[in-house]
Amino acid sequence: MHLAYPAVLAALLFCTGLYGVLARRNAILVLMSVELMLNAVNLNLVAFDVWLRDALHSGQALTLFTIAIAAAEIGIGLAIVLAVHRNRGSSDVDRLRDTAETDAAESLPGDEDDTTGTEDQATAPAGKAKKAEATA
Amino acid sequence: MTLAAAAAHPGFLSPTGIEIAFVLVGVATIGAALITVTTKQLVHAALWLVVALGGLAVEYLLLTAEFIAWVQVLIYVGSVVVLLLFGLMLTKAPIGRSPDADSENRWAALGVAVAAAAALVWVVVDAFRTTWIDLDGPAHGSTETTGAFLFRQWVLPFEALSVLLLAALVGAIVLSRKRSKEQS
Repeated sequence: MHLAYPAVLAALLFCTGLYGVLARRNAILVLMSVELMLNAVNLNLVAFDVWLRDALHSGQALTLFTIAIAAAEIGIGLAIVLAVHRNRGSSDVDRLRDTAETDAAESLPGDEDDTTGTEDQATAPAGKAKKAEATA
Repeated sequence: MTLAAAAAHPGFLSPTGIEIAFVLVGVATIGAALITVTTKQLVHAALWLVVALGGLAVEYLLLTAEFIAWVQVLIYVGSVVVLLLFGLMLTKAPIGRSPDADSENRWAALGVAVAAAAALVWVVVDAFRTTWIDLDGPAHGSTETTGAFLFRQWVLPFEALSVLLLAALVGAIVLSRKRSKEQS
């Protein structure tokens, strides 16, 4: 088999995951995109291991380790997302701006041109929680 | 871009059966991955992720890495996607179309992803144009081979990994229990 096929497939999968990480708002969808990126790396590892015929089978061993670490990562990540959702009532990564240092963090980037009622209602409790944390 | 490189190399003009199967499954995998990152229905995204990960398991089988293929099916399709579905349910994800699934910067994200894809595919095709994987002979990743190399050469990392999994388990439990402990 030509090595370009798995390599190109892995590159495209990685970029698909990259788009998902950058464009999604729900934290769980971001985790799904991270899984896609990890799988692209796994495909590369397996393909290069089979190509190089490594005596130690480093690629396949690393793939197994990556799969186990990805499982651990998804467990911890979901626990964090659930804790954030319990505290804030939202798993929207665009609204988690507490560690932003500028005053621009008070307002969402889309608030100026997006003044629908649902957006304001949804952001209001997040802002209150932020102020409460800042005073505490 | 792949097709342009394919026309230049004579080897691409007579693909073997494995290559045809690989490309077909790869197209299905990419399509499922694209639907996963673009669909507005959150539960459907998780279900399309099953298709993408299952397609990758088939690719592992075509690359003669059998054990990894079955581990992929067991861990990713079996447990990770179920965990993601549980997470979607526990965070009260809306069933049906949610218009705010995508962020406002999706066009910038699309630009970054397309640029990265173009650069990566160009470099990869240019680098491995004349490289062939020899798939003949004994299977590379059969369970017997995997067990042999995993427990001969990779025992210490394997054991360290079990400690890491234990730490992740404890961490997940601590993260989940913290709140209820404070309340009680």
